[in-house]
Amino acid sequence: MPETETVIQVEGLRMRYGSVDVLDEVGFTVRRGEVVTLLGPNGAGKTTTIEVLEGFRVRSAGDVSVLGVDPIDAPEEWRAHVGIVLQSWRDHARWTPRGLLTHLGRYYEPYSEPDRPRPRDVEQLIALVGLEKQADQKIRTLSGGERRRLDAAVGIVGRPELLFLDEPTAGFDPEARRDFHGLVRRLVDLEDTTILLTTHDLDEAERLADRILILASGRIVADGSVDELARSVSREAEVRWRQDGESHAERTTDPTGFVRDLFARFGDEVRDLDMRRATLEDTYLAMVHRHESGVGGDGDEAFEEVDR
Amino acid sequence: MNPKVHAVRTGLQRGWTEFKMSIKSPQDQGFYLFIALVTMLYLFVNRDSKVEGTDLYLPTVALPSILGAMVAFALVIGPAYTLAMEREDGTLLRTRAAPFGLIGYVAGQVLNMSLGLIPSFAVLLIPSAFLFGEVMHQGMAGWISVVWLVVLGLLATMPIGIVIGSLAPNVQKVGTWGMMPILVLLGISGIFYPIQDLWAWVQVVAQVFPMYWLGLGMRSAFLPDAAAAVEIGGSWRTLETVLILSAWAIFGLSIAPVVLRRMARRQSGSQVAAARDEAAQWVR
Repeated sequence: MPETETVIQVEGLRMRYGSVDVLDEVGFTVRRGEVVTLLGPNGAGKTTTIEVLEGFRVRSAGDVSVLGVDPIDAPEEWRAHVGIVLQSWRDHARWTPRGLLTHLGRYYEPYSEPDRPRPRDVEQLIALVGLEKQADQKIRTLSGGERRRLDAAVGIVGRPELLFLDEPTAGFDPEARRDFHGLVRRLVDLEDTTILLTTHDLDEAERLADRILILASGRIVADGSVDELARSVSREAEVRWRQDGESHAERTTDPTGFVRDLFARFGDEVRDLDMRRATLEDTYLAMVHRHESGVGGDGDEAFEEVDR
Repeated sequence: MNPKVHAVRTGLQRGWTEFKMSIKSPQDQGFYLFIALVTMLYLFVNRDSKVEGTDLYLPTVALPSILGAMVAFALVIGPAYTLAMEREDGTLLRTRAAPFGLIGYVAGQVLNMSLGLIPSFAVLLIPSAFLFGEVMHQGMAGWISVVWLVVLGLLATMPIGIVIGSLAPNVQKVGTWGMMPILVLLGISGIFYPIQDLWAWVQVVAQVFPMYWLGLGMRSAFLPDAAAAVEIGGSWRTLETVLILSAWAIFGLSIAPVVLRRMARRQSGSQVAAARDEAAQWVR
């Protein structure tokens, strides 16, 4: 299949509860094999967007196509190609991870394809999410992090082409989070899985995403790679160094040239050099703030540099 | 293979697994023990009272009625609570994320709930046989009647439970919308005292619902023919039993899938999250 195949296409998506627009003319596309992160403050409509795409929520207006069909009246076969990582709570308390994965995997058997065998081998899957030791324990007895890894395993048991992750690492400890990021990258690299995830963790977004969408007050206010977003907010970087025991800091739009010049002039006297571009956090906060306070017109103008 | 058939088969395997887990669980064993103790205590206390108009003792007559009541109760309240609970905790959503998962889920529930009747019957019938002597007065034919009656009862009552579980806004509300009406209906269905002693309009109400007919059918299966004399019209009214239970089955089976699908369509991760927050908040 061609590299540029569109997996998700959203146009003019609107979600209205009463007179409040939770989503207002949201539009974006996700191409095959991309990892796209939906960022945004609480209540911005991230979960609503993802649930519309999962076919679990009826939208008020707009055109949505996921793997070529409208999720709200997608045939059941469509579910075989879409994976959803749910935040479980206390379901299947008496089951074991091995039992549950085997059971749920069975639903995917009729949809096996030569290049995408379904379901995934349960033993390999358990190893993939690192639940070997807990595989035969009652799910009730799993820790929060173990449960979330099981959630991830359930989401990918059918070897989906497209995976939805709604705040997948909420409640993970740093090590579990790093392992999970490794898992996501492997899914993309080895199986060409397309992933749409929401998160609050900017570090996670930066680490995983090919592209970031920022949703604020129900609108997409930015769409681009981490670098593109950073550049659209600020082209300046801050250069800090020590010289003769004194700290110096300088803001510049050409940090490389500035530093070259600095060394040419002072050579060995320059110590503890540190160069800092706007981080994703700076970018994110600036964009959300700018949009929510209405500075910069209707939001889109301010980010026209963003490569769409 | 037809994927729908495959999903039903997967769901049946699920139901079997859940049934096995249920019998192994101390929580469910405790439940069976509890119903057995309460019933045996009631029957034992009344072991010497004769049933008016017959030469039978109360345990003999009451036991079939109680079995009928249990079918109705277990198959309405069981699915209602399970559905409301599994909707809240995300079980339903998880299975729905799989292709034809909802079909599988329902198939599993039907099998699990049906199998659950076996231990329920066993814990009542076995001790009764020891305490009060022969319980079955109709021989093999009686047991065959029990089987078709239970199957018909399943079809008549389980869809009602599914509808209640789908419509109830949360687990607590199943008590109000499910438990209360069922207990009232069981109370007026001639299980603990003869229906003829109640006001005429209450008798009419009771005879609209499947609970009365399940009790009557069970009595007709277990008791000697002469015992029919104390029933309304002096007859077991087998034809009426079949007709009314079938009517409920047709009614239930035609609306339950619609209601269930509508409810399932509204399921989403954020609803499960909202239910979790709600459950964590005891004081409102």
